[in-house]
Amino acid sequence: MITGAPALPTDMPADALGHRRHILDLDDFSRAELAGVLTTAQAMRQVLNRDIKKVPSLRGKVVVTLFLEASTRTRVSFEQAGKMLSADVINISGSGSSAEKGESLLNTALTLQAMHADLLIIRSPHSGAPYFLARNLPHTGVVNAGDGRHAHPTQALLDLLTMRDHLGDLAGKRIVIVGDVLHSRVARSDIHGLGLEGAQVVLSGPPTLMPPPWAALPTHVSIEPELDAAVEGTDVVMALRIQKERMEGGMLPSMREYSRRWGVTEARMARAKPGALLMHPGPMNEGLEIASSLAHDPRSQIEEQVTNGVAVRMAVLYQLLTGATNGVNA
Amino acid sequence: MSEQPILIRGARLIDPVAGTDSTGDLLLADGRIAAAGKVDGVPADARVIEAKGLVAAPGFIDLHTHLREPGFEDKESIATGAAAGARGGFTTLCSMPNTNPATDTGAVAAFIRAQAATAGPVRVLPFGAVTRGRAGKELTDMEELARAGVVGFTDDGAPVATPGLMRSALAYAAQLGLFVSDHCEDYALTRGLGIHDGWVADRLGLAGYPSAAEANIVARDIAAAEETGAHLHIAHISTAAAVALVRAAQERGLRVTAEATPHHLTLTEEWVLGTHGHSAPGDALEPGAYDTRAKVSPPLRSHADRAAVAQALADGVIAAVATDHAPHTYGDKAVPFDEASVGISVLETALGSVLGLVSAGALTLPALVHRLTAGPASVLGPAYEAYATLAAGTPADIVLFNPSEEWTVDPAAFASKGRNTPLDGDALTGRVLLTIAGGRIAHDGLTQTTPRSR
Amino acid sequence: MPNERQLMSADDMRRVVSRIAHQILERNQGAANLVLLGLQRRGVPLAERVAAAIREFEGTDVPVGALDINLYRDDLTSRPQPLVRPTQLPVSVDGRVVVLVDDVFYTGRTARAALNALMDLGRPEQVQLAVMVDRGHRELPIRADYVGKNVPTSLTQEIQVRVSEFDGKEEVGLVEHERTVLA
Repeated sequence: MITGAPALPTDMPADALGHRRHILDLDDFSRAELAGVLTTAQAMRQVLNRDIKKVPSLRGKVVVTLFLEASTRTRVSFEQAGKMLSADVINISGSGSSAEKGESLLNTALTLQAMHADLLIIRSPHSGAPYFLARNLPHTGVVNAGDGRHAHPTQALLDLLTMRDHLGDLAGKRIVIVGDVLHSRVARSDIHGLGLEGAQVVLSGPPTLMPPPWAALPTHVSIEPELDAAVEGTDVVMALRIQKERMEGGMLPSMREYSRRWGVTEARMARAKPGALLMHPGPMNEGLEIASSLAHDPRSQIEEQVTNGVAVRMAVLYQLLTGATNGVNA
Repeated sequence: MSEQPILIRGARLIDPVAGTDSTGDLLLADGRIAAAGKVDGVPADARVIEAKGLVAAPGFIDLHTHLREPGFEDKESIATGAAAGARGGFTTLCSMPNTNPATDTGAVAAFIRAQAATAGPVRVLPFGAVTRGRAGKELTDMEELARAGVVGFTDDGAPVATPGLMRSALAYAAQLGLFVSDHCEDYALTRGLGIHDGWVADRLGLAGYPSAAEANIVARDIAAAEETGAHLHIAHISTAAAVALVRAAQERGLRVTAEATPHHLTLTEEWVLGTHGHSAPGDALEPGAYDTRAKVSPPLRSHADRAAVAQALADGVIAAVATDHAPHTYGDKAVPFDEASVGISVLETALGSVLGLVSAGALTLPALVHRLTAGPASVLGPAYEAYATLAAGTPADIVLFNPSEEWTVDPAAFASKGRNTPLDGDALTGRVLLTIAGGRIAHDGLTQTTPRSR
Repeated sequence: MPNERQLMSADDMRRVVSRIAHQILERNQGAANLVLLGLQRRGVPLAERVAAAIREFEGTDVPVGALDINLYRDDLTSRPQPLVRPTQLPVSVDGRVVVLVDDVFYTGRTARAALNALMDLGRPEQVQLAVMVDRGHRELPIRADYVGKNVPTSLTQEIQVRVSEFDGKEEVGLVEHERTVLA
């Protein structure tokens, strides 16, 4: 047998990657399509490990990153993914762009479409901005690289890949997400992806930062306010970043009180399953939502998440920019 | 100039002031209703309209219309707004003062009346602003505005800023025999605009506008109304909580009235998902989600809120259907949800929307007609009752509509400049065929053989 | 409805694998410097079968790997996108004789892509190509070094090589379609 090969599902259908033009969130993914993307990402990770980190798959494709909110890490991750697949990547950021000069987002996007951009990767402070573009751009695909507090599907894909690498099949696994779930686009997309994988999600944090009582939570999600109880026997602990401005908004008592009740500490990780993963979408407030000693612990998958980020973004670009779109196939 | 007399023959005549509902004829001549019911001595030159199966009623009175002129003529003008009103069966439109300049002086109010006089037969009655520039600091010269013909005062678009201002405004208005209408929104609670703080906002990751934000200010205003004894009107009421407060105030005998819009009476928060209300929790979002056409303030609420508002309309706790017609340009809405303007272009779909309440059994057709005519007239004052009846000798403000004609909403065919409606492409039942204001034809859908081309 | 007839049985395939193993050993004067790379997916088990035969004849373990060529295809936008599978190199290909193993040899475009993929991974001393079935219709100037069976075909026919790992049985079938099919 070939050694070192990741386990691949053998029943993957030929069109496992589906026929989508946009990735706006994971809520419209099928289980098979999600598995297809993650499998592709595993293959892409090998390209990252080579001396020649480039394959010709997307030669002649134009990918534009339009970042209307600062995020070096996600933007660079998409850029590197595009370049490794030989696409031409053009970066537009909020500062200095026409977007800042008052041109509407729609006009900016229509201009890029007229320049024959094949794919527009957008980061926006406004929830739903990628949906707005997707319904107004008939010829250019849209990837959501984070919209307001709504969704961040590629971050969720890399979280799922990291969890799968360590835990295998995620069906029945328990994932605790602690912190500012209400304002977290990562948590929202993770919840969709983990639901497809058959995992159980437990949310923990202050009541003001949890989904409201009227939220339509999926059946695989529950809320456990006490973190000590939530982490008991869990497979994964994911700590979310606490925005310090929440304190000013009166949504939180002091940082000290937050840290005491919902900070991830050695003692709390000891309650989780042996070998449990500790994840954080970054950037971390060490000593607030996560103890400094844990941030650099081997249990922490935080650096590995960055590598997986490039791999899943390669998979996503490959999924959207290859394949016949007219469906005329044997 | 004398208009051609009109005989409407064999219509279902609904007179909400008289409380009658019968089949008969209606003769209009010299700008007045000449006879209703059994008509003798039809003039030889009368235009005769066979109206079997159609409803003839007093023209609709809208307590809440944004005509945008002066200042925002790219969204709407008094002329296009009046034309849209006529197509919707409205013969009286009460214009909101969030113009530019705000309707905060007698001169602006007079300008609006003058523009309306040249725009056609539909009556336009301006509201005056409560505060100068609607800035929420100093009261306007309310007596000057009253003399210029405003029907009431409001800072609509914004609430009257402070409890103190509200108390003063009510006291002044009472002395002038007028009322204060308030857009009830507690800014301390509304972080996001245009979407209810419910499951859809949570699903979409949008900051919501909670029900309590409306109830807080309604409670504040009712306390001021109680102390001043003035007439308080709650604009575009949208929540069960606020309805309960108004109901209780009325039971205590306070002069508190309320209006509700067709959209708050018929649509819910799910419409923001872009699926015309056909979404359930657990469904994947469609690319049409974050539908800015369903972004309105106050927002479309929960099913329970909608039902409570409809019930209160049936009970009469809510006296009037008011459109809150809020036309916007394409560009105002072709932006991400957070950045889009709030409001719906309502005038031309109002009747078709609220007739759905009748077919759903929420209230009778005569009751609904009452809320479109005599109800709002009673909010404006006894002098306006004459515009809400079919009694002989009263002004000939008449609407003729087919309550069972089905039609498809096509915003491109609107008379309004505002094509911003989430009902785009929906089928509505009930269509206005003829609108007559002061005896003059404001809209004639009878002689039009086809809808106007796009 | 497509109909199908068997071209090779499991025994036929076993004999062909043995012959190809012998030919590889003969041409390369032993197994010393060899690497077998199966093309994903059915080339991989075939490469493993050839390696097993070589082990039987020579007592030598030849390294076996898997090569996925999908990122190098020239038709990525004209067909449903293929699932990218892992490329696994058991050893560096630098200075080695690499034998690429595939199930069906047709237009030559897969072999072209495989050569490009391989060159991005290192610098082999020599590259050879072994296929179970050569069905003709080459579109590129590429030929195979080892051929299990030559089968003249028409464009409406399809060759299906089945292996037990993926298909539950071993055989080669010839399927008749009503119109031209994509490989």
